[in-house]
Amino acid sequence: MLNIKCPYCGDRSQKEFAYGGDGTITRPKLNQEISDEEWDNFVYLRKSPRGKHIELWHHIAGCRQWFKVERDTTTHEIFKTFKPEE
Amino acid sequence: MSQNFRLNTGGLINRDKPIEFKFNGKKYIGYEGDTLASALLANGIHLIGRSFKYHRPRGFFGAGVDEPNAKMQVEINGCSEPNINATEIELVNGLSASSQNCWPSVNFDIGAINNFLNRFFPAGFYYKTFMWPKSFWYRVYEPFIRKAAGLGIASLEKDKERYEHKYEYCDLLVTGSGPAGLASAYAAAKNGAKVILAEDKPRYGGTLLTDDVTIDNLSGKDWSEKIISELKEMPNVIVKNRSQVFGYYDHNMMVMFERTGDHLEKKTKYTPRQRLWYIRAKEVLLSTGSIERPIVFGNNDTPGVFLSAAAKEYMKVYGVLIGKKPIIFTNNDSGYETAIEFKKNGVNPIVLDTREDQNSELINEAKDLDIKIKFSYAVIVAHGYKKVKSATIGKLNKDKIDFENTEQINCDSICVSGFWTPTVHLASQSGNKLKFNDSIDAFVPDKSKQNEHSLGAANGTFTLQDTLKNSINTGSEVSKNITKKDEKIQIPNTNERKYSAHDKFWCSPLPKGKNYKRFVDFQNDVAVSDIEVALREGYRSIEHVKRYTTLGMATDQGRTSNLNGLQLVANVEKKIVPQVGHTTFRPPFTPVTIGTIVGREIGKEYMPTRKTPMHHWHEKNNAVWVDAGAWKRPRYYKRGNENLFEASKREAKNVRDHVGVCDVTTLGKIDIKGPDAAEFLNRVYTNAWLKLPVGKARYGVMLREDGIVMDDGTTTRISENHYHMTTTTAQAANVLSHLEYYLQIVWPELNVNVVSTTEQWAGAAIAGPKSRDLLAKLFPKIDVSNEALPFMGYVEGDLFGVKARIFRISFSGELAYEINVESDFGLFMWEKIIDIGEEFNIQPYGTEALSTLRIEMGHVAGPELDGRTIPYDVSLEGLVSKKKDFIGKRSLAKEAFNKADRQKIVGLVPLDRKSSIPEGSHLVENKNAKLPNPKLGHVSSSCWSVENNNPFSLAILKDGKNMIGKKLFAVSPLKNTSIEVEVMSSHYVDHEGKRVRS
Ligand SMILES: [Zn+2]
Repeated sequence: MLNIKCPYCGDRSQKEFAYGGDGTITRPKLNQEISDEEWDNFVYLRKSPRGKHIELWHHIAGCRQWFKVERDTTTHEIFKTFKPEE
Repeated sequence: MSQNFRLNTGGLINRDKPIEFKFNGKKYIGYEGDTLASALLANGIHLIGRSFKYHRPRGFFGAGVDEPNAKMQVEINGCSEPNINATEIELVNGLSASSQNCWPSVNFDIGAINNFLNRFFPAGFYYKTFMWPKSFWYRVYEPFIRKAAGLGIASLEKDKERYEHKYEYCDLLVTGSGPAGLASAYAAAKNGAKVILAEDKPRYGGTLLTDDVTIDNLSGKDWSEKIISELKEMPNVIVKNRSQVFGYYDHNMMVMFERTGDHLEKKTKYTPRQRLWYIRAKEVLLSTGSIERPIVFGNNDTPGVFLSAAAKEYMKVYGVLIGKKPIIFTNNDSGYETAIEFKKNGVNPIVLDTREDQNSELINEAKDLDIKIKFSYAVIVAHGYKKVKSATIGKLNKDKIDFENTEQINCDSICVSGFWTPTVHLASQSGNKLKFNDSIDAFVPDKSKQNEHSLGAANGTFTLQDTLKNSINTGSEVSKNITKKDEKIQIPNTNERKYSAHDKFWCSPLPKGKNYKRFVDFQNDVAVSDIEVALREGYRSIEHVKRYTTLGMATDQGRTSNLNGLQLVANVEKKIVPQVGHTTFRPPFTPVTIGTIVGREIGKEYMPTRKTPMHHWHEKNNAVWVDAGAWKRPRYYKRGNENLFEASKREAKNVRDHVGVCDVTTLGKIDIKGPDAAEFLNRVYTNAWLKLPVGKARYGVMLREDGIVMDDGTTTRISENHYHMTTTTAQAANVLSHLEYYLQIVWPELNVNVVSTTEQWAGAAIAGPKSRDLLAKLFPKIDVSNEALPFMGYVEGDLFGVKARIFRISFSGELAYEINVESDFGLFMWEKIIDIGEEFNIQPYGTEALSTLRIEMGHVAGPELDGRTIPYDVSLEGLVSKKKDFIGKRSLAKEAFNKADRQKIVGLVPLDRKSSIPEGSHLVENKNAKLPNPKLGHVSSSCWSVENNNPFSLAILKDGKNMIGKKLFAVSPLKNTSIEVEVMSSHYVDHEGKRVRS
């Protein structure tokens, strides 16, 4: 069970969080002209990197804030956690 | 026979407190402080079970977690549990144990024929023997293996015991209370660190209880008692015995089980049997000690063969002799400690030392005690079937690959010592890649991946002086970094005997022409020959050899077999052990009961039960419950002998004819506030939201980015910047997370806040032609006319002094309203509705009637919005805005979503107007077509239409509305039905939607 530092609440157990997927994805702007391929990339295609990765987590059983986590996908080491705007 | 092998004095047991217990139905006496194993050995019982594969007689081998054989079915307090290690369970009055792995009895075991047929049980026998024919597997092979293997019997009774979970946080967790654990815990505690010291056994001290050493002029035992009592006095220290740390997980999450109940004579109702501890430790100090390695020889699994340190522990801790005529077979000085202990207790051992003639403090002490020592000697084979009676021993030649001469000597036990293996399981679990230490022929921890340090024997340090010094230093250093305090601790003076170097001898060679079984892994019955077969058959990776032979895969995790197995592979492959590598250690270190893992999360505590404020009213009125997530909802209200079908029909009919009331508290409710709330809703929902006036509700559908419908519901504009959103009961949590995601991550520039108010409001839907009359009586001051409060209107009112929200929305397709009050007034509201509704023939209705009403109206719900449908599929295209963008819109342009013959919603009635169509039925053109019969769609929801008094279903059908009028078959292989149906519109009742607007 990971120990995750919520940028708003501090150190908490993984039990309080929900994983929210790849944190590097940017949603295309509304009303943007976009090709099928670009849209499919956004909706479906995700990298599954081995090593450092930026992820989204949601403190569902806490402050209900979404935030970002830089984590090693093989060792589970967490390098930093930060607010989405950081 | 009564305790013939118990010493008159000595040991740490209480001879004043005899304890009666049963083994295989026979009564025996032991003492308080015994384990089941020590008590049986005191009574001269060695034959305790049969081996897993060959059903060979097996006896005790170790004295603690090192024990591979003594797995028993144990009954305490009426609770029967298999696979309990007899060396780890404490003796209590009334304990009843029995052997497993044998039938009909341990003395006469039919399966033992396997031993004589053992050429049919080679390595990989599961893979080779039980392959064909396939149909034999369930009927013949599996029952045979199960019966023959006999891993005990899991109780079919409900476990009456109580198990608990506990969470703890500390600076340092120290695992094991031997010299390393005590010294490091003490040093860290002195620096003010929050320390948890966990000891697996009931007694603290580890090897200090059995080694002849002194620390600061105290015996090891007295010193450990002194340190423990000091630690117990310190407020920053938790000291726990009977507590095994069995798992090392990410970020120093340690999991431990504490045996809290089984050793107690009397327990209260709330005494847990075991407690699971989740401990998040800043640092972990692994002082798990080491386990003695066996030396492999012929028939080395015969009862009466022990680890030498176990034999010593039985004497020193339990006052029990494991034999009166022992052979000590050793490759190092440890065996001499056991020999000396035997001698002190009046037994004459003979020591066979594989090393050439040599001297050391211990060897000289043994010589001074007139102990007979034979250097360059080894045991070749043990004789005796159910107990060791004699042994053939031999003088090793110079290369130690053959014998110069052999002789047979009488003995009743053989104590082996093949040197020591550090217990590195937890270090390995932490991610530490182990390294091979040549000087001790074993793996030790290498670089830490997490915050952990191994100390003492667990780290390959076998002298007391070095152990104490390193442990105190590490304990001080690690705690100093946390607490910033630096209390210097003196390294104590020690007195211990120096060992001479051990010998690498680990397996007795077979004399020419002899073919004795030499076991490497006792618990899984893996012999030298099995591993040789695997290697001959081409298995190379140690991980493959392990799986093929099952070496080290038993519940003891190969604690006594791993290194010898590796040694053997290395020898055959002409490699050295570090080149062979080692297999991965995984949690749990020792078996953990399922009860402990589950804890209190059983039965109704498995998950929270959510009850609406009207729950007790429903209960009093014969509600039959249905689970909706964690919620309890009335499925129907039973009257007399009604069944589900009759009751739901009555309730639904009453709504269509008069008025009904339904508890809709469980619907998800989300409060949305902020100047950008309208813009946000406009992006979330598929339809337009910017022009919704205050005091109006609107139905909306939201999609996922992939275009699939996520949820639907109504949202009402309460005031300029304040909206009240409802979601389905099932999707309430997901929708909230979804909204938060878009507000916080995607569009943080929107000034909107969302919060769940599901539990803040109680809701009642009143539906039916009489609902307006009822509403008028509930809210006499409000104009409830169709003009003043039209369909999708919203008004606030006063319900006999209680503030209420009134929404004119309808799920049933009837004229209907939904009233919300603050939860505390939910029951008050409900009772008022029932009271006042009486004159209008009101009846409460449950979820079954609710479904009936919505299905015959063609309203979609969960079964249609099943994660595969887009709005076009379920007649919601009118809600999809062509003008604005919204979440998931771009996906709706996908080619597959726009195919003409895509599966879409339709209605179905059976041609006979009688047969109910099972949900999940497949729709096919020809019921007799050759399989696989092409599937055109499936039945999603079924009901008995109360309006038309015949069955009606919704279905998702290829080519949708173009199929209306066609006849198909709804086939359900599960229900074995095949019903001819006619396709029609999904709106079976009130096609124009007049009623909701009336
Ligand atoms: Zn938080």
